[in-house]
This record gives sequence, C-alpha cells and structure tokens, in this order.
Amino acid sequence: MSLFDYKLTEIHNKLHDKELSVSDLVDEAFRKIGERDEKVQAYITLNEEGARTQGKKLDDKLVSGEERGLLFGLPAGIKDNIVTEGLRTTCASQFLSNFNPVYDATVVSKLRAADAVTIGKLNMDEFAMGGSNENSSFYPVRNPWNLERVPGGSSGGSAAAVAAGEAFFTLGSDTGGSIRQPASYCGVVGLKPTYGLVSRFGLVAFASSLDQIGPLTKNVEDSAYVLQAIAGYDGMDSTSAKVEIPDYVSALNGDVSGLRIAVPKEYLGEGVDAGVKETVLSALKVLESLGAVWEEVSLPHTEYAVATYYLLASSEASSNLARFDGVRYGQRVDHIGSLLDLYHESRTQGFGDEVKRRIMLGTYALSSGYYDAYYLKAQKVRTLIKRDFDQVFEKYDVIIGPTAPTTAFKLGAQVDDPLTMYLNDILTIPVSLAGVPAISVPCGFADGMPVGLQIIGKAFDESTVLRTAHAYEQNTDHHKRRPEL
Amino acid sequence: MSTSNYETVIGLEVHVELHTQSKIFCGCSTSFGAPPNTHTCPICLGHPGVLPVLNRQAVEYAMKAAMALNCTIGDISKFDRKNYFYPDSPKAYQISQYDQPIGLNGWIDIEVNGETKRIGITRLHLEEDAGKLTHVDGGYASLVDFNRVGTPLVEIVSEPEISSPEEAKAYLEKMRAIMQYCDVSDVKMEEGSLRCDANISLRPHGQKELGTKAELKNMNSFRGVQRGLEYEQYRQAEILDEGGVIVQETRRWDEAQGKTLSMRGKEEAHDYRYFPDPDLVRVHISDEWKEAVRSTIPELPDARKARYAAEYGLPDYDAGVITSSKAMADFFEDSLKYTQDAKSVSNWIMGELMGYLNANNLELPQVKITGQGLGEMIGLIEKGTISTKIAKTVFKAMLDSGKLPQQIVEEQGLVQISDEGAIKSIVEQVVANNPQSVEDYKAGKQKAIGFLVGQVMKESKGKANPALANKLLVDVLNS
Amino acid sequence: MSITTKDVQHVAKLARLNMTPEEENLFTDQLNAILQYAEKLKELDTEGVEPTTHVLPLHNVMREDENRKSLPIEKVLLNAPDEEDGHFKVPAVME
Repeated sequence: MSLFDYKLTEIHNKLHDKELSVSDLVDEAFRKIGERDEKVQAYITLNEEGARTQGKKLDDKLVSGEERGLLFGLPAGIKDNIVTEGLRTTCASQFLSNFNPVYDATVVSKLRAADAVTIGKLNMDEFAMGGSNENSSFYPVRNPWNLERVPGGSSGGSAAAVAAGEAFFTLGSDTGGSIRQPASYCGVVGLKPTYGLVSRFGLVAFASSLDQIGPLTKNVEDSAYVLQAIAGYDGMDSTSAKVEIPDYVSALNGDVSGLRIAVPKEYLGEGVDAGVKETVLSALKVLESLGAVWEEVSLPHTEYAVATYYLLASSEASSNLARFDGVRYGQRVDHIGSLLDLYHESRTQGFGDEVKRRIMLGTYALSSGYYDAYYLKAQKVRTLIKRDFDQVFEKYDVIIGPTAPTTAFKLGAQVDDPLTMYLNDILTIPVSLAGVPAISVPCGFADGMPVGLQIIGKAFDESTVLRTAHAYEQNTDHHKRRPEL
Repeated sequence: MSTSNYETVIGLEVHVELHTQSKIFCGCSTSFGAPPNTHTCPICLGHPGVLPVLNRQAVEYAMKAAMALNCTIGDISKFDRKNYFYPDSPKAYQISQYDQPIGLNGWIDIEVNGETKRIGITRLHLEEDAGKLTHVDGGYASLVDFNRVGTPLVEIVSEPEISSPEEAKAYLEKMRAIMQYCDVSDVKMEEGSLRCDANISLRPHGQKELGTKAELKNMNSFRGVQRGLEYEQYRQAEILDEGGVIVQETRRWDEAQGKTLSMRGKEEAHDYRYFPDPDLVRVHISDEWKEAVRSTIPELPDARKARYAAEYGLPDYDAGVITSSKAMADFFEDSLKYTQDAKSVSNWIMGELMGYLNANNLELPQVKITGQGLGEMIGLIEKGTISTKIAKTVFKAMLDSGKLPQQIVEEQGLVQISDEGAIKSIVEQVVANNPQSVEDYKAGKQKAIGFLVGQVMKESKGKANPALANKLLVDVLNS
Repeated sequence: MSITTKDVQHVAKLARLNMTPEEENLFTDQLNAILQYAEKLKELDTEGVEPTTHVLPLHNVMREDENRKSLPIEKVLLNAPDEEDGHFKVPAVME
C-alpha cells in the first residue's frame, strides 16, 4: 500500500502522531515518479529541490507546533497551464518550452497558504486543447490502467498522476470536460466547480468564459478539502463570484434520502457505450437504495452543445493565444527577417496542429461577415442550453449521467478525426456552457477500464454534488481499486 | 487649381489620455517619462494567465468627459476586444468598446471668424493605450517600451461636419479646453496625452455623396493638424482638378517636409474581429451614478465666456481667448480678487501676457506671474504708486520671479514721484536746458510740450508722475 | 456555407500562421467538417434570445484607482527573446 492511498485526514493524523514526516510524503512522491513516470509520462517539469526544501520547512512547523494549513504537507501536482513563479510553465507547448513565470496564479498562492507542497507541473494537451493528451507537444500521457490507452484530456497528466500515486492530489482545468473526462478515464475523482468559484488569475486562458480550475483526487472527501482551500472571491479576477464559501467537508454527511435526481435521456442515448450505460444505471440503483429518487428528464438542446462549444471556445482561444507572438516571451525563431516573419515563424513553429486548427476556426468564426452566423448564434444557443439546466434544477437537486460516452480509447485511434474526438465531450460540454458544477466519481469498470459517474449540481451548490458523490462512493469500492504498474 | 471648387469634409478622431494614478486594468503608474518598461507588470505586459480589472476612476473620467461633450451616457456599457498584431500591443488585442460605448451623440460649439458652429460628436469610448516604439539600427529594428500601455484613453469621434482646417484646429482647441476644465487629462499634445487623427475628403459643391477620404495620422501639434489638413486639402484638390481619383489610404503628416505621405504596407484590410471581452463584465450606469459624476463638472469654457461678457463687459473675442485655457481663465478670476477693474485685467492679459507667451512659445503655467500679482499691480497704477510705463517693468519682473508688485517696486525703487517740489526742479532744469523747444512752444507749436515731458520723464528715470509733470511744465512755460 | 482554400489562406494570414499547400488542403477539409457540423445550430430559432457572454450575472466589478508595485526590470525582461537598453527588441515595424 502506498502512502497516497490514505485519505487526507489519515495522513494528517499520522503527521500529528509523528508516524510520518512531510519529507516522507515528498520522498514518496518522487519515489513513485521515479518508478512510474517513465511509463505514465504525467509530468513535464519536476520541482524536486523546491519541494524538498518546503517539506523540511513544514517539518519544522510540525515540531514547533505552528498552525498548519488545510492541505498541510500534501504533495501536489499542478497542471502546466497554471503559472508558478520561478517554475517553468509550458502549457505543453513548444512555444513556452522555456517560459519562466514571474508571478504565481492565485490558486498556487492559495495552495502555498494551505501548506501543500508543489512537486511538479503536469502534462496536458497543448494549451488545454484536446481530450486525449496526444496533443502534448512533448510526449503523450498514458493511462495507468492500460498504457496503450489515453488518459483523457486535457488534464490527462493531472488524472494519471493521481491514479498512479505520483501525487497526493493535483489541480487541473476544465473548459469543456478537461477535468471530468480524464478523471473518468483514469478512475479518479475530478471536480469542475461552478464558473466563478475558483479564481482564474494565473490560469493560461483557453476559453475565458468557460475555464475553471478544480481538484483531482482519489476520493470525494479529499476533493472537498482541496476545493475548500482554493475556492473564493479574488479581486484579480473580474469574473470571480462574491459568494459565501460553505464548509464542504461537513456537507459530506452520507444522507441522500429524498434527494431528487434527474437523469437526462440524452445522456444515456445513442453513442453511449452499452457497458458505460449499464455501469451508470447500477450506480443509480445504489443511490436509490440510499433513499434517493430518480426520474428521466430531457435536456433538449444537448445535441447542439458540441457545435456551440467549439465555436465559442475556439473564438475566445483565437484571441487569447494571439499574445504568443514572440515579442515579450516564448519561442522566437532565429534569423528573423521582417516583423511579419517573426510573428508567422514563431507561431507556426511554436503551435501544434490542434492549436492551429482551433485558432483558425475561431478566427474564421469571428471574422467580418461570419460573426453573426457563428459566434453570436452560438452565444444565443448557449442561452438555450443554460435554460435547459435552469428548468431541470427547478424540480431536481442533481443531474446524473455518465461523464463520457466511452471508456478510454487507444492512443492514436482518433487523432486523424478531430470531429469524432470533439464528440467525446458531448456529456461534459453542456455543463460547462451552463457554468454549473459537476464531479466525476469512479462507478465501476467496462472492458477493464474505469467508468465515471457525472453528478451535476446547481450553480454554487458544490455541497450537494459532493454529498451525493460521497454517499455513493462510501457505499461502493470502485475508488479503492488501483492500477497495476 | 483651387480648393474653392470643392467642399471640404473633415471628421476628427481625438484620443485623450485620462490622468488616473494607475492604469486602466492594473495598478502600474501612468506617470510620463519613467525609464523604459519600469511601469509594467504581468498584466499590462500581457503575460499568460493575467486578467484585467477595471479602474473605476477611468470610467468616471470618461463619463465626465462624455457629459461635458453633451453626450448621452448609456445605461449599460461593455468592453470588447479589438484583435490585431502589433509589437506595441502586448495581448495582440486592445480592450476597447465596440457597440456600447460610454457616450453617444454629443456636440461642441466652435467659433471661426466670429461665427459659432456646432460640431456633432458621434461617440466617446474608453480603451487602453498602446506602448511606444522607437526605431534603431538604421531603421532595421524597433525597441518597445510598454510604460504607456494600459493608460486609460478616451477616443472621441466627431461627425464629418468640420469644413476647413481652421475649424479643425478650433475644434481641437475647444476639445482641449473642455478636457482641461473637467480635469480629466493633462491634454498635452507634445507628451501625447492629446492626439488627433483626421479623415478628410473633398466633393464638388452641391454633391451629396462624400468623396473618397484619406486618413491622416501623426499630426503632433495644433499647428500640425491645421497644416496637415491644409496640405491634404490642396493635394486632393489638385488631383481632382486634373480629373484624377483619390485613393482611400492612410497618410502620415511629415512635419519636416511639410507634406503628407502614403503609409505603405498599411493597405492590408484590417479585420479586427471585435467580440465582447469575456474577462470583463458589463458596467451598469445608474441615474444616481450619472448625477454624482455630473455634479463634479465645473463651469465649462462656453459658460464662462458668456459670464465674462455679461458680468465684466469683456468683448466677445477677449472673453473667448481668456477662457480658451482653464489656466488663463482661473488666472483672470484670481486677479479679480485683488482689483475691481476687470477690463484692465483683460487688457493686460490680452496685451502683455499673451504677447509674451506667444513670442516665447510658452504656456501660462510656465511663467511665474500670479493672478494676485496682476490684480495688485493694477491697484498700484490706480493709486498712482506706479505709472503704466513702470508697470510694464514690474509685469516683466513678475513673469520671471513671481514676486508681488509691491516688493518689486520697493526692491527696484520704482515708486512714482508725485512730490511737486521734486518734479518742479526737474522741470525747471529741462526748461533751462532746452531753449529751442521752449521757443517752439511759445511760438504755438503744441507738439513741443510732448518732447519736454519726455525729457522730464527721462531725467526722473521714468518715475515722475506724468500727469503732474505735464501740469507743472505748462505752469512754468506760461509763467 | 463552405470554406475554400482561399478562405483558409486569408484566415491564416489574420492569425499569423504559415501553411504549406498540404496543410491548407487539410485544414480546409477539417474546418469544413466542423463548420458543416455547426450548421445544425441553424435549426434553432434564436429570435429574441439574449446571447450569453457571461454565465454569471455580474456587473460593475471595478477596482479603486490605486498604484501597485510594478515589476523590477530584470523580471520584465526575464523571458525576452531579444532586448536592448531596457526595451524589447523586434525587427522594424513596417511603415
């Protein structure tokens, strides 16, 4: 058994009882990385020296009896699109392969304040664009359950590192499913908070109106702890919400009796793998046995969500990624002639194909003559999709379905077909467009690969989402299974 | 060829930097003249992951400016991204306002050749300024300084209702005065806190459709605006006279060469791909907020001008000149705290003061004289302490030193001699020394007295009370 | 609506990307597939529907006009590909 198989509270008890030091935890992280990461390829940059120094500092704190942060001593991996001062941040892009940030993201400051230990930066699809991690411009992450399969994406490194025991917890980012889908593929817990709950300051923007940072953990309780540490209003983010942050952990009381669950028929329809569907239905039976009630509902605009998402996200991305021009930072191609050459060469060589594809799509959708037909139309459809959720949430507490229509596919299986790849996100994208919170929690296996149950809640009602996920998890054993590596 | 064959149509785009403490979306200083790139941070440098947070003061200054220009203030305003690549634009988009600007449909009145004309203002919107480029290596490279990037800017677009370069200059001067009065900007063209681009086209008199326009840039002074437009008007008229066609293009005013030049490489059609900035939320402007901002707008130049004419009986022209800069109008009013004689104050401003400033190419704040100084000086003239002639010396000393007139008079011994005995002895001496003039006078040549008075003044080093000197001289000559 | 290789060339220019002729063809096909898929949005009547720019109903998020510390110049230029005298250096802008 690995140290990282314990829950956060168990680790904290051991630290308290001096059975364990923070340095032991840091050692464990780097030992596992040393053993496994050659296969999994979850990390891009390690912070070994920094982590060990911080581990020692925290051990001193342990001795002196100073007050300890909520995530005291826990080795954390951070997705490489979240900037860390003095620690290389690449977004898995050649363009930023030597980028050294001069400030910390708000979540990074919050993790430090909570006494977590940053052990490294995690691999991902370049600029968070992708659902398989094959778009990392360095090397693809592999699924710890089966190294021939993808870990999902774009936070594939974040999910795989937790599944492989290479971090106690990780942070990912989710724009259209980028936390939940890899969590589902890798059999871990991944939470996308309500848009505006966690500050985006320092998250390298992909699609600003959709991006959210969230935790990936082995269990729901740890997810609640990490969320507690990173949630809250930030004056540096104009889209950050001024809401009261509840005590998420105390919401995990196991009680789901009378919980009203909506199951959208669109989420179990065509395109959803039979094995996945069966697994999700049996998960619903577990919740039913705990006193919850579920009914089938409809989210009628689901089929429009993927198109809406790709237009909106790509449009925003085309503008967000324009700053990568080779003037102030990042890659600049040598022997430049004119300024135009500098722009063209730096960007052409710095970006991978998927990034270019989305920049092209977004530039086109915003360009003169097409704005109304594509961008504006998509924003209006976004309103209809959001209304679907509003209507269901008038009568129900949570919406449940699968996180992804299939389990993890094989590396290379979909790389030549962007549209099919995009359709993997069909169950997570509507939630992102509506801005509401959702968690993916392990609910079993199909063909030997993990399946994730997606529990979607009302805006800022992470407590109910976590409570439901926790009650389910505590009555099943899926989350206790570990991949053989 | 003749420009008089055509009607000139000009629209101006004026950019005014707002003098907030900090930039529009981050806390960096907006002050001018710091070493390159020392007023920058990850946010204004457009580092990955940063987000903008709007400066409330910038919004209020923009509202104030829009109100002073008689604009309607929208209830909802929002920010959009204007996408284009240029090294002075760190994010490769400028945060600006597209379809919901702060102000719409305003106007200002200008005066040209004694006639008042109303020029419509299409819109006023808030945006961020860009960085600055300097060219090095013989023109092969450029250096970028981002200190200015993110300084809040309002862009004010006029209707194409300006009909001549003179009107354009008057419009710009009025714009500057209004911004000064509102205290939202330093409005210094030489520091770039006031900038102006123009669209200019010509059409035959009576034609309805507008002619093809040229966009004119790089006019860095009021004179440059007028000269650039004059040149362009001439250039276009010449082309049209010869039956040629005006090319729609951007042209740069070259001050040294005195011409406008086509900006090559700029002909690539821009497609700015405006869309609402997802990082910034809407601004809702309530009636209460509007009223609170409106209450901070002081009396504006037109109102002051009317008041000066009504209250002090100043000629229209003088009132216009005095109120064209806030500093001058304030100076005028300060002077009146120390003297009742507004006409006299106005005359000194219009004559000595404006003459000196124009001759030396200075602005009022660059000289040291105070309103109190001028007011008290006029008091000394009224009391007979100094002559008008001496006053000019005192005035000059006040420009240089800022000292009050009493002190200058004492230090330099400039007090007027009004002692009859003292003057009489000088008079007698002058009479004795100038027998020819005395004879001329007695022979009926009245002009001779002028010469003799002049001699008395000269002998007294200008200090003799001239009226007294005249009277005593007549007494002596007639005795 | 379908997009042509010429459109792709124009968009690539706007986005400051170079494309080989093969890439132009590939992108034309792929973007067409995606845009054709997006055509289905036209099925929906969105007359009178407000666009969602922001999913949260936030407004008037502003800061006070206060100065914060700027970066030291070493950090400003830390990642600069080329610099001179405290400036970022680039090939001449065309004028």
